[in-house]
Amino acid sequence: MTISEELMLQMYRYMVLGRLFEQCAEQLTHRGLIPGAFHTGIGEEATHVGATLALTHKDYIIPTHRGHVADIIKGAEPGRLMAEILGRATGYCGGRGGSVHVADAASNNLGVQAVLSAVYPVAVGAALTQKRANTGRIVLAMFGDGASLMGTFHEGMNLSAIWHLPVVWVCVNNQYAMSTNFAEASAIANVADRASAYNMPGHVVDGNDIMVVYETVREARERALAGEGPTLIECKTYRQGGHSTFDTNPYRPQEEIDAWSKRDPITQFEQRLRERGILDEELITQIADGAQEQVDEAQEFALNSPEPPPEAGVEFVFRSSEVV
Amino acid sequence: MTTREITFRDALNEALREEMAREEGVFIIGEDIYGGPGGYQGAFKVTKGLAEDFEDRLLDTPMIEQTIVGAAVGAAMTGSRPVAEIMFEDFITLAMDLLVNTAAKTHYMTAGQYSVPIVVRAACGAVGVGPQHSQTWTSWFMHIPGLYVVLPSTPYDAKGLLKTAIRDDNPVLFLEHKKLYNVKGSVPEDEYEIPLGQARVLCPGDDVTVVAIGYMAGLATQVAGTLRDQGLSVEVIDPRSLAPLDLETIFQSVRKTHKVVVVAEDCKTAGPTAEIAALVSEACFEFLDAPIGRVGARDAPIAHNVGMSEYILPDAADIHEAVQSVIAW
Repeated sequence: MTISEELMLQMYRYMVLGRLFEQCAEQLTHRGLIPGAFHTGIGEEATHVGATLALTHKDYIIPTHRGHVADIIKGAEPGRLMAEILGRATGYCGGRGGSVHVADAASNNLGVQAVLSAVYPVAVGAALTQKRANTGRIVLAMFGDGASLMGTFHEGMNLSAIWHLPVVWVCVNNQYAMSTNFAEASAIANVADRASAYNMPGHVVDGNDIMVVYETVREARERALAGEGPTLIECKTYRQGGHSTFDTNPYRPQEEIDAWSKRDPITQFEQRLRERGILDEELITQIADGAQEQVDEAQEFALNSPEPPPEAGVEFVFRSSEVV
Repeated sequence: MTTREITFRDALNEALREEMAREEGVFIIGEDIYGGPGGYQGAFKVTKGLAEDFEDRLLDTPMIEQTIVGAAVGAAMTGSRPVAEIMFEDFITLAMDLLVNTAAKTHYMTAGQYSVPIVVRAACGAVGVGPQHSQTWTSWFMHIPGLYVVLPSTPYDAKGLLKTAIRDDNPVLFLEHKKLYNVKGSVPEDEYEIPLGQARVLCPGDDVTVVAIGYMAGLATQVAGTLRDQGLSVEVIDPRSLAPLDLETIFQSVRKTHKVVVVAEDCKTAGPTAEIAALVSEACFEFLDAPIGRVGARDAPIAHNVGMSEYILPDAADIHEAVQSVIAW
C-alpha cells in the first residue's frame, strides 16, 4: 500500500492540530475554565491520527478519552468540541458529557466509554448491527493498555472472533494506566499477543510511526469488511504528560520521559517528510500557523458560548423528555 | 375481542414473535436462548420455537452478561432494537455497569444524539434454587434515571407490556417472575399494547388500598377475595411498572380509601415499598387515617430450604395481616 504525499501532509497537519488543541485545553483547565480534569494524548498523536484516518466517514469509531483529534478527523468541529470540553451549551452534548463523553452522531462517532471496560461490549454490539444489516461499515474501537486488562476485554475479543464481526481493536499502549506501569500490571509484554487466544491476527506496531499505524489499521479494516473478522492491533506509544491535569507525575523517571520525548511522533514524522522533500521550513510554519488559527478560533467560539441553563441538566434523561 | 387462555410464558413468546415480525431490527441475545430444533430454547423456554421463523435473530452467547447487555447497547445505538435475556435476575449484577452507566446514561450524555432502545429481560423470584438464583430486585433499578422497570403480573400484561417495551426508545428492564411462567390468563387474539407507566386496578374497593408489585399482585388479589367474604372492600393496584410509576392512580385510590399497604417481594429495607410509601405520605398525608403498611421479604438472602425460603419471603398471610393491621388502626 502506498501512502500519497497528500495523505502524509494530512497526517502531519492533524497531528499538529491535535497537539495544539490539547495544549490549549490543558491551559484552559489550568485557568480554571474546564470543570474537572482534562486528559491529553500528547505524544500519542501518531496512533490516534493514523488509526482514525484509516476509516471512511461512514465507519463508526469509539475513541479514547485522550485522542481528541480523532473526533475532529471523524468530522467534529473543533469549536463545538472545545465547547463540550468547557461544558458549554453549544458543545456536542450540550455540556452534559464533557471531554470524556464527547459523541457526534453526525460523524458516526459513538463517543468515548469513560467506564473504560464498556468499550468492548458496545463495539461488539455496534459491529453486530453492521454485520446483520450488511452495511459495509466497520467499527474502530480504541482503548488503553489499562483497559486491556479488564474482564470485558476477554468477553469482547472472544465474541467478536466467534461471530467474525467487522471490528478493529486498537490498543493505545501508552505504558501507563494513571500511575500503573503496564510492564508491572501485565503478565505478558504485548497486549496483541493475546490475539492468539482469540484466534485472530494480532499486530504489535510502533505507535509513534503514523504510517505503520495507518497501514495496519487500513489492512485490518479491509479484512473486517471481507467478513474475515476482527484484528487486534497494539500501538506502542507514550503518554508524555501526566494522567490528567491533576497529575504531578511523581511515579516515573525523568530519563524515561526524556527517552520517549526523543521519539516524539510529530518530530519524527516531520524529519521524515523533510528528508523526502515533502515538508520544508516554510510549509512547517504555514501548517503550524494554520493549526494554531483553528485552535484559537475553537477556543474563542467555546469561550464565547453560553453556559447551558441549569434546568437543562434534567433534560434528555429519557427519550420522551426531550425538549424540542 | 376474541381471547384465549394462554400461559404467561406463551404470552411473552407471542410478544417476541410479533415484534420480530414487525421489525427487522429486533433480535434476541442471551445464553441458551436458541429456539430451533435441538436448541435449549431459553432456561424458562420463553424463546421456544422462535427459531423456526427467525433463526438468524436468536443469538446465543457464551456466559457473558456484561457483554450481552453492552452489545445490546452498541447495537441499539446503531439502529437495532435488541432484546437481551439475562437468565436469572441475580446475574444482572455482572451487567450492572453496562445497564446503569452505559444503557441508562447514553441518551443523556449525548444530548439525545443516541438512544438505547433495548429490553433486558430477566427472571426474578424464588423457586428453590438458593440465594444466587432467587432474588427480586427492583428498587436498585427504579433508582436509576434513564432506565424503565417493568414487572407484569398476568399473561395479558406480560404480552402487552413486552411489546410496548420493545417499541420504546429507552432502555427497559423487564422482570419476569418464575412462579408466573406457567400461570394462565386471558389474552386477546388481536394485537394490543399497554402503555408503560399505567397502573391497573386489579380489583376495586373502598376500605383499603393495596399496591402490590409483580408476583405479589396476584397474592394481594387473593387476599382481597378472602377479605371481601369478611365484608372488607380492598382495592388492589398493580403499578405494572416502577419506572415510570403511575402515582396518580395510587394517590386517587388512597384519597378514596384513606388507608394503604404496599407490597413487594424485594427485601423490605430500602425496597420499592419504601419509596412508594414516602411518595404517598408526601402527597396524601392529610388523607391518611393510618400509618402506611409495608410488606416485603425479611432482610436475608433467599435460602434453598423451602421452609426457610417461605419464612423469608412475603406471602398472602403477611399481606392479610398488614391489611388487618391498617384497618384496625
